[in-house]
Amino acid sequence: MSPGLRVIAPGLHSTIQDLGRRGYQNIGVPLSGALDRIGLTLANALVGNAANAPALELLVQGPLLEVAAASVRIAVAGAEGGLVIEGEPGRRVPAGQSARLTRGQTIRIAAFGNSFCAYLAVEGGFDVAPCLGSSATYTRNRLGGFQGRALGAGDILPVCRNEADVRLELALGQPYDPGLDRPIRVVLGPQQDYFTADAVNTFLSAAYRVSAQADRMGFRLDGPKLAHAKGYEVISDGIVAGAVQVPGSGQPIVMLADAQTTGGYAKIATVISADVPVLARRPPGAPVRFAAVTQAEAEHIRREQENDLRNRISRLQTMPEVAALDAAALEASNLIDGVISALD
Amino acid sequence: MDARFLPAGDTALVVEFGNEIDRALSERVLRLAEQIRGAAVVGVIETVPTFRSLMVHYDPLATGATRLGAAIRALAGSVASRARRRRLWRLPACYASDCAPDLAAVAERTGLRAADVVERHARTQFHVYMIGFVPGYPYMGDLPPELHLPRRADPRTRVPAGSIAIASSLTAVYPVESPGGWHLIGATPVRLFDPAWEHPSLLAPGDAVRFEPISFDEHQSIGAAVAAGRYTFPNEEIEA
Repeated sequence: MSPGLRVIAPGLHSTIQDLGRRGYQNIGVPLSGALDRIGLTLANALVGNAANAPALELLVQGPLLEVAAASVRIAVAGAEGGLVIEGEPGRRVPAGQSARLTRGQTIRIAAFGNSFCAYLAVEGGFDVAPCLGSSATYTRNRLGGFQGRALGAGDILPVCRNEADVRLELALGQPYDPGLDRPIRVVLGPQQDYFTADAVNTFLSAAYRVSAQADRMGFRLDGPKLAHAKGYEVISDGIVAGAVQVPGSGQPIVMLADAQTTGGYAKIATVISADVPVLARRPPGAPVRFAAVTQAEAEHIRREQENDLRNRISRLQTMPEVAALDAAALEASNLIDGVISALD
Repeated sequence: MDARFLPAGDTALVVEFGNEIDRALSERVLRLAEQIRGAAVVGVIETVPTFRSLMVHYDPLATGATRLGAAIRALAGSVASRARRRRLWRLPACYASDCAPDLAAVAERTGLRAADVVERHARTQFHVYMIGFVPGYPYMGDLPPELHLPRRADPRTRVPAGSIAIASSLTAVYPVESPGGWHLIGATPVRLFDPAWEHPSLLAPGDAVRFEPISFDEHQSIGAAVAAGRYTFPNEEIEA
């Protein structure tokens, strides 16, 4: 384990996440993991990591970080503005492109644009001990990630590699489309029979917005209330990420990564797995419209999305050398070469 | 197979056996969970038993709801499984007033003496229907009818870890400090959840639980032994 990044300012809610903690929901341990698994996967791919490598999830406002390792390779996906390397002159690394940084450089996330979450991956991954098979942080029970909590000022995040090779940097072939104006597709149920026919129609036709009550557990939506036909309580049953539960207030809540595993509110519909990341990228105030698909269609859409994601990763482009290698990296590589020649 | 298959998006399927909190329904839920685990059904990631239904989480890249539904129906139609062995836990329970902030109010609302509330709670063998709400939180039933009360009108923002609580036909133990709306009638000094354990939750769905009354002094001394890692949990195997 070696120190990788020192946290100068933590950002609003920055946590280590992977693809989630599976196999413990029967004892009440939520899935957790990245809100936007696509952003995580792309950020990891840009630095050569597997999709499940632990990376930083940043919500709304990113951190200010100083490189503590000899060198690191990092990439950001999700934040439209990309990354700023501070200094004279500063340098901007667009989102969806990797960059090699050396000790002492400080970085921050430029504007998030219209995105709620962004991912920052380091080559080799952050070096945190898995808890119950996953490095995902579940802050409510202090499980996993970096000490089970969101980052704080002064934290030093360990990384698996103290040095990043000098090589050509990678970039996405086409810009990352957060899909902010697409309808969010749902499969009705498991309890749409607890709602009036009008409520189901309203849910599928009205304009909702992500409310200010949006976090890793779920997004409460502002918009027309949904009337229950048989009361709002059901005998507690399972909750899956994407479940749209409607408590007595009639305001729908979409359950997300840190949602509890079971619950007793009627669930009108479930956001399809391909669109959970699309919804999770929308910040408070962003519009949300729902459209119904069948379970089979949802499965098909998810498979297509996975194919598309695989294609995008196989078509990552290497950046021209001039853009990829900054002066600091060149200097570092010369030093390393010098040492090796001396030993030989 | 007498069950409803309800969609929960494209990553989970709900197999619902009925619409009440009932031991026989719970046994069917738990048996199906066991059968699915035993058959290693393709594409199933995990199952979550609840009172009257089983949520089957699946990978839509490896299977689909139609195929999965057929596999589950075939399983459920296969040989009836033999009587299940289950664990019976005897959890030390302190019902002294320092551990039981709502006991007096529960006694008043049920028209019983506090000692009778304790006696009825402690003589009941409970069934762990499910674990949810927070990691390791067991929903257990059934309480004797004379102890049934609705949840508190004003939920607490902080319920201490170890609190033994009742609401409606159920009892539970809060494994960690959390918000909660149930009536607190006692406390156990044992821990219910620790991610460092091989099985992080002490209790599993289908387990049996009895509460063994202890004094406040015993509560303190067992608590110290638990903290020092010197406490072994009393449990035994029984026939279901």
